[in-house]
Amino acid sequence: MEISNPEKKIRILIASPGLDGHDRGAKVVSRALKDAGMEIIYLGIHRSADEIVKAAAEEDVDFIGLSMLSGAHLILTEQVFQKMSEQKVSDIPLIVGGTLPKRDIEKLKQLGVALIFPTQTPLDRIISEIKEYRSPQKT
Amino acid sequence: MEKNKEEPKRFNESGIEVKSLYTQEDIKSLDPAGDIGKPGEYPYTRGIHKTMYRDRLWTMRQYSGFGTPEDSNRRYKYLLTQGQMGLSVALDLPTQMGLDPDDPMSLGEVGRVGVSISTLKDMEILFAGLSLDQITTSFTINATAPMLLAMYLSVAENQGVPFPQVGGTIQNDILKEYVARGAWIYPPEFSLRLIADTIEYCARHVPRFNPISISGAHFRDAGCTAAQEAAFTLADALEYIRAVLNRNLQIDDFAPQLSFYFYTHNNFFEEIAKYRAMRKIWAMTLREKFGAKNPRSCHFRFGVVCGGSTLMPQQHEINTVRVAYQALASVLGGVQSMFTCAMDEPFSIPTEETARLALRTQQVLAFETAVADTADPLGGSYYVESLTREMQDQVEALMAKIESRGGMVRAIQEGWVQKEILEEAYKKEKRVQSGEMVVVGANRFTIEEEEKELRLHEYDSRVAREQVERLNQVKRTRNGEDVKKRLDQIRQAAIDHQNLMPHLMDAFKHQLSLGEVCQVFKEEYGTFQQPLVI
Repeated sequence: MEISNPEKKIRILIASPGLDGHDRGAKVVSRALKDAGMEIIYLGIHRSADEIVKAAAEEDVDFIGLSMLSGAHLILTEQVFQKMSEQKVSDIPLIVGGTLPKRDIEKLKQLGVALIFPTQTPLDRIISEIKEYRSPQKT
Repeated sequence: MEKNKEEPKRFNESGIEVKSLYTQEDIKSLDPAGDIGKPGEYPYTRGIHKTMYRDRLWTMRQYSGFGTPEDSNRRYKYLLTQGQMGLSVALDLPTQMGLDPDDPMSLGEVGRVGVSISTLKDMEILFAGLSLDQITTSFTINATAPMLLAMYLSVAENQGVPFPQVGGTIQNDILKEYVARGAWIYPPEFSLRLIADTIEYCARHVPRFNPISISGAHFRDAGCTAAQEAAFTLADALEYIRAVLNRNLQIDDFAPQLSFYFYTHNNFFEEIAKYRAMRKIWAMTLREKFGAKNPRSCHFRFGVVCGGSTLMPQQHEINTVRVAYQALASVLGGVQSMFTCAMDEPFSIPTEETARLALRTQQVLAFETAVADTADPLGGSYYVESLTREMQDQVEALMAKIESRGGMVRAIQEGWVQKEILEEAYKKEKRVQSGEMVVVGANRFTIEEEEKELRLHEYDSRVAREQVERLNQVKRTRNGEDVKKRLDQIRQAAIDHQNLMPHLMDAFKHQLSLGEVCQVFKEEYGTFQQPLVI
């Protein structure tokens, strides 16, 4: 990766894996991140883990964001991690948002998810946590 | 706000200015007969029936379904003993997407958000002990609606129930799936053809069945305004009508079977005016634009959900109050069928207790408040009539805009509708987060409370195992040559532009699976390419 410069926009890929079609959250968050100066590569719904990880590698993104509301988040997150390791892009931090029960938040952390935003997380907090996560690591 | 000493203006969610007082002046321009009229008379602003709920209450229909067909069958029997009047089936995502339970994409989803159905056997078990001439069933199913209808009709046939006695509804509205719900498979052209097949088939053979429930609910829950919800839905309806009119059917042959579905949100009078305005626009459109002569063609019949995205996890008991007001608005708006959400739905699949309270909310309205005694009790109200007119104007203007863009299909393919909805959703989110839009218990009148434990149905791997096992059992009874032949037949029928309904029934009777049949059409017609709008 190139040496990051503070002016460089944060690039985030956002997608909904699996069969669920609810995308209001993914779209509103994408919109807010865009307004906050980030660059969003939006893949939409029904994406396979393979498609998401390939696109993330090609687009050289700083984060992958997954939005999941059906309850299948653990299985789908594992699938994405597995593809990331196959594609050798395990260094991209993964963000997960959606309908996430409290007891699964710990499990998602253990799987290696960097940031977790259950529904109702304020947009401002999503923006600031993403910025914070990135700056200490890259500067 | 401060520099303006006068009281700040107020607007409803659709952007219509709401005054502090309405008087006779505000309805002076309305024609007492042509604009308002009487319940049961054209243009039906005041309701589609003369006596409304005195003769027949709205249908109380609670959405439910999970796990195996056996699991759901037990729940339905319980609900019917509790005074529910009809069934409303929730299907799992693989069934909605035309995938069998053993498909790799189905992993983790079999029986999760609804019941799993992949063969006729599953459908037979789902309705075991329930006679299809005694109950009506509503299926929330879209891309695979024709397939599920074919299975349901086959169950009726097995039970010896003649098709003219089968009543119910399939949602079958693909256009809103492309925009707001996401359960699409095929591109618009083939999808519209499948929908026209079901409408045509029901018009000719299953007259009591609603082959489509054109839905605004999902636009609304995706974030649009009440006026947009109305306009997008009516614009979708125009597309469906045009698709069926190509079938050698007259408008009056099928229009009485078209039905609608919406969300009732919190702005009380705006919601009432929304329903009154849509009823009028629909009647005028059917008569003036399509030349309908049968009064029933002009009847705007609709169901609603109360709850949805207005429900909050904080102090969740408040949701019961929200839903009760929404239910009252729906009844004052002239609803035909209602689903009231349970208070714990923002974080949980309802328990038996909360589901019961949700149903009781409707029963109090129906049997204690006496609001059902008089048809359209708000008719003639200066405010309601004036607002109805303003909603009508706004909805018609939006519909004209969509038509000028080439209709809904085109507006969706270009991502225009999606963009309009996202703008509203984003605006609303910012207004809620800033506190400008009050949400009781969430951004005002908050209390310290423990964070709610989100309770989803535990994913039960037993369900997937049992469903895959049953699918395999069904497949073992078949002859490989025969399966191939039947799949080829259905492909050929599609290519030859035949109505696919009889072919689907035939396929499922011969034990083809939902996944196999849907795959044939994917091979022939491909899948929808979503415009990626943010």
